[in-house]
Amino acid sequence: MRHTIAVLVENRFGVLARVAGLFSGRGYNIESLNVAETLEPGVSHMTIVTSGEDHIIEQITKQLNKQIDVIKVVDLNDKDFVDREMALIKIHAPADLRAEALRIVDIFRAKVIDSSPKHYSIEVTGSRDKVEAIINLLRPIGIKEIVRTGSVALQRN
Amino acid sequence: MSQSKEKISGAQIFLECLKAEGVDTIFGYPGGVVLKLYDELYFERNIRHVLVKHEQGGVHAADGYARTTGKVGVALVTSGPGATNAVTGIANAYMDSIPILVFTGQVPTALIGNDAFQEADIIGITRPCTKHSYLVKDVRDLARIIKEAFFIAATGRPGPVVVDLPKDVLMGEIPRAAFHYPEEVNIRSYKPTVKGAVTQIRKAITAIKRAHRPVMYIGGGVVLSNAHEQVRELAEVTNAPVTPTLMGIGGFPGSHPLSLGMLGMHGTWYANMAVHHCDLLIAIGARFDDRVTGKIEQFAPHCKIIHIDIDPTSIRKNVRVDIPIVGDVREVLVELNERLQVEAIEIDWLEKHREWNEQIAAWKREQPLRYAEDGKLKPQYVIQQIYEVTGGDAIITTEVGQHQMWAAQYYLFDQPRRWVTSGGLGTMGFGFPAAMGAQIAHPDKVVIDIAGDGSIQMTIQEMATMVEYGLPVITCIINNQYLGMVRQWQTMFYENHLSAVDLMGGTPDFVKLAEAYGGIGMRVTKKEEVRPALEEAIARRRPCLIDFRVDRDEDVYPMVPAGAANVDVIPQPDPVVHR
Repeated sequence: MRHTIAVLVENRFGVLARVAGLFSGRGYNIESLNVAETLEPGVSHMTIVTSGEDHIIEQITKQLNKQIDVIKVVDLNDKDFVDREMALIKIHAPADLRAEALRIVDIFRAKVIDSSPKHYSIEVTGSRDKVEAIINLLRPIGIKEIVRTGSVALQRN
Repeated sequence: MSQSKEKISGAQIFLECLKAEGVDTIFGYPGGVVLKLYDELYFERNIRHVLVKHEQGGVHAADGYARTTGKVGVALVTSGPGATNAVTGIANAYMDSIPILVFTGQVPTALIGNDAFQEADIIGITRPCTKHSYLVKDVRDLARIIKEAFFIAATGRPGPVVVDLPKDVLMGEIPRAAFHYPEEVNIRSYKPTVKGAVTQIRKAITAIKRAHRPVMYIGGGVVLSNAHEQVRELAEVTNAPVTPTLMGIGGFPGSHPLSLGMLGMHGTWYANMAVHHCDLLIAIGARFDDRVTGKIEQFAPHCKIIHIDIDPTSIRKNVRVDIPIVGDVREVLVELNERLQVEAIEIDWLEKHREWNEQIAAWKREQPLRYAEDGKLKPQYVIQQIYEVTGGDAIITTEVGQHQMWAAQYYLFDQPRRWVTSGGLGTMGFGFPAAMGAQIAHPDKVVIDIAGDGSIQMTIQEMATMVEYGLPVITCIINNQYLGMVRQWQTMFYENHLSAVDLMGGTPDFVKLAEAYGGIGMRVTKKEEVRPALEEAIARRRPCLIDFRVDRDEDVYPMVPAGAANVDVIPQPDPVVHR
């Protein structure tokens, strides 16, 4: 089962390597990992999406907590949360498919951020499901390249 | 010595900080990037530097020092190969949760990542096997980092901490007035739980009051936490039998009537029976390691489990636990014992557990620890003699293999911090330098390394260190001219295909080897020579190797084969042994 885990860490040299190493060393999988600074100086926030049985997830959160530079670990699956991710998608857009492509972009309230005679680059933000959906719709048109940020998540209050 | 009195160098800060922490010994090996440090050490009167012969030996020595004193052991190595040679020692300390600090020299900060001479990314290499690590980039951070490093190594679940010291940081200077060793440490992201939750302790007491067949299963955490008196109190008050893991030996007196001896793969038959049939398993400072549980689905199937441990990751990692209690083992037991006194004052524990203890006594009679007497010199006999001659009071280190298991079975420890063995990593070559560290910490005690003929050759060069520093470690080589444990498995499970285990052609004359180093060498081939050799070695107070030529074909029993359940433990076979 997929779990989204929010981790607050000290923004110190090697912290990201430790967390990544923890996952790889114990054979846990990382679907996505996103990290950036928070408002608090020296503190960064990581959103990790992983999957596994409950017993494994329990070990993962405990092992994360054990790291000296980890301040707090929250398994968001236990709470209500919102998550978003962003994708930049470069699609083939020859003359006969351009209109269809633009229709899809419009439906998903995405944006065309770059355009050339044969390609569009599209920016889309939304929940994981939304991003998956637009990718599936664009696939028949022809996707040249995708980069995704992975999820970031916030607890609901 | 620094030229200017107004400034203090990183190297000087390093030594001042160590002294503030009460460090009196560093095990080390110099090199290019730490020359500045060694220059300061040249003048240092209050810290003793022990020059080892291999960095692995230095780290194991710091480890043995830590295990036998409860203090943080300190090792110092140079960059590149010095640091990488230390990795086995670091991983070993990590697996057994031993508090040591390993300071590694590093190339100047400007050269890091440049594939410089003797550069190694030791922080990267040891990330998975250290409790924490630091790369000091600025001399102004050095004092704080050292303070934090000691704190992290020694608190919570202890472990090794690596501090990487670039050459320019050691040479860097700050105004002397600006240096002060921090009084306190405040790491907001590290606050280990010490006191157990009262609700959980209450549940545990209820379970203890209800149980009729309890077993206390104690591990290395009892020793690390100095909780042996609390364990003894609980056991004696409730009349509950106690079984230690390999790492827990000494945490409860081995000669006590309630002691079951070690459990697990080479534990006693009756300890494994007791755990299998108990209705309450009180796990204290232990982690349900695979050597202990055997086939996990069939481990302790009939009982409730109380698990007291400082590390939440150990709880529910391998087995379901009914009553988890996170906290320092000693603190939790103090509270539990106090409450138990009050709440269970009317219980006649002797009567409540009488039937259970009688069953256990019957099991002990049915399958005692034993070995065949057929005239050959038996390794178990040698261990028993070591036990008797030392009055059970020596510090014993071991290497890894058959001899280690026999030592665990036949030398009974009534005190903690006398038994020093590599449990988690199982490092051959650990015991010899660890004995060195223990002897430095306890100059007046008898320190004995029980070794195999394979293991002793892994770190033998530290014999020179022992001779130089006058450390009268006695090494008893249980010499069966095999890599014994591997040979045993090949005999039992690989149709006796003895592959790469025969040491007969490739072993030096240990007597001559000891003498070449300037120590004493002795050889024993007969039963009646054992005791006199030991007595002589102890009396002469010089580093000594005793080559005990024992029966080549002796196997370690009892045994729980890999993948089997503990309840199917194979006891010592009767005299006719098939091959």
